[in-house]
Amino acid sequence: MSSADIYRELILDYYRNPRNFGKLEKFDIDAHDTNPLCGDEVDMQIRVGPDSKIEEIKFTGKGCAISLASASMLTELAKGKQLEWVKQVSKADILKMLGNPDLGPSRIKCALLGMKVLKTGVYGYMGSHYEDPDGSDSMR
Amino acid sequence: MLQTEPLDVEKIRPDFPILQRKVHGKRLVYLDNAATTQKPRQVIDALVDYYSRYNSNVHRSVHTLGEEATEAYESSRERVARFVGAAPRGLVFVRGTTEASNLVRFAWGEKFVKPGDTLVTTMMEHHSNIVPWQLLAKAKGAKLRFVGLLPGGVLDLAQLEDALRESPRMIAVTHCSNVLGTINDVAKVCSMAKKAGATTFVDGAQAVPHMPVDVQAIGCDFYAFSGHKMLGPTGIGALVGRRELLSEMEPFQGGGEMIREVFQDHSTWNDVPHKFEAGTVNIADSIALGAAVDYLDGLGMTRVRNHELALLKYSTEVLSMVKGFKDYGPQDLAMRAGVISFNLADIHPHDLATILDEEGVAIRSGNHCAQPLVTWLGVPATSRASFCVYNSEDDIDALKAALGKAEKVFKV
Repeated sequence: MSSADIYRELILDYYRNPRNFGKLEKFDIDAHDTNPLCGDEVDMQIRVGPDSKIEEIKFTGKGCAISLASASMLTELAKGKQLEWVKQVSKADILKMLGNPDLGPSRIKCALLGMKVLKTGVYGYMGSHYEDPDGSDSMR
Repeated sequence: MLQTEPLDVEKIRPDFPILQRKVHGKRLVYLDNAATTQKPRQVIDALVDYYSRYNSNVHRSVHTLGEEATEAYESSRERVARFVGAAPRGLVFVRGTTEASNLVRFAWGEKFVKPGDTLVTTMMEHHSNIVPWQLLAKAKGAKLRFVGLLPGGVLDLAQLEDALRESPRMIAVTHCSNVLGTINDVAKVCSMAKKAGATTFVDGAQAVPHMPVDVQAIGCDFYAFSGHKMLGPTGIGALVGRRELLSEMEPFQGGGEMIREVFQDHSTWNDVPHKFEAGTVNIADSIALGAAVDYLDGLGMTRVRNHELALLKYSTEVLSMVKGFKDYGPQDLAMRAGVISFNLADIHPHDLATILDEEGVAIRSGNHCAQPLVTWLGVPATSRASFCVYNSEDDIDALKAALGKAEKVFKV
């Protein structure tokens, strides 16, 4: 797969015009993480509805096209879903969402940063702790 | 060989087996030399030769292999020391520059740093010349102060002057920035520091591989560098120190080799530098570092510097023509090593490095283990191309072409 495939129109579009970018005035969840390898940063804020649904979600961050597009697309996917849904989201789901780009071990961390932030926030809100199975901390 | 004669890159390249390899079907254009350099056959052979002919422990065994290994190890120490103008007995083999600064943090810091002291570093340092001093300051109740930079990425000597009024215990400064390539006038910094009574630690990791270095002329107390950035193996480097100071310091790690006598209630220490080389040392890599130094000596460091300066001039000319190219290094190339930190339009460096890799072009992207500096630049990250003896104008042309490809992919 070439970079033209990785950086498809869709990813570039979300990089330059990220959806759900910004801060919420009222939120129940606020999570943050960084990828020290490249300095990527993602913050997510979520307002939870009475039925444990993700009523509103926004993110801010700085980083590469893959990390920002991935975080942005994930917020769109998560909006309106039950918090339980977040627990089920997998690496494979994220890669599928991005169009299954061929990413090496270091770039895959960029793609998964948004998911890590989302899960960390939701697990914390639900009173548990998210253990990253891929150990993306291993690069630190 | 005259030091004015240019390097013959076509003769040098066949010495580096890795340069034959293809990446994504393309010729490897290796421009990540500030991270680590490739190794010539002579260095690889030195490793193979040691393990296949005379592998043995040093300073212990009196049999033939032991004597040969000890001789090769100590001969390497002499050549590496001479390469930077140091006395062999003032050169401690360490894992690399990071271990050198940590050795000083413990062995020197334990004895000489007191509560309320000030330690000084700068805004252009690698994390290995910041974090050990943060830890030391915290452990000792001392303060760490940063000297800032002037626009263009050079040290603000007025700020240094100001910091020196506090009579700091130490000044830790890089000889050459791994991000901007800025070459600091470390002789001047050390003389200023000396007048203020401060001990000086110079990080030479990016200088020793790329220019003539003479620690006596610099006048520093400590000077550190890494083997793997100067054509040598990973896991080996050197800390050069003034011998009186090294003698006064506490040991770093305790164990075999570093002791003179061991009793149940106390021990006495071996002479410098062995006092700081506890346990079985990294014999093979030390010997191979000697081979790397021989290789660089054979080329001549003035010629190496001139070669990389010429490449830097060519690159800044050629790359400045690329639309959206921004170079962060000092404009005065005479005070800059062969390093270009840059950004291209709105393409994040990490994305850029991925696209360049497909063209066989290896660069570094990120904060280069120098977060305070990259923050000071006001960008999340930069891309960095850095040169070595085997790079040529062809490599710069390949970089330029790959940047064009990236602009196409990103529709800049």
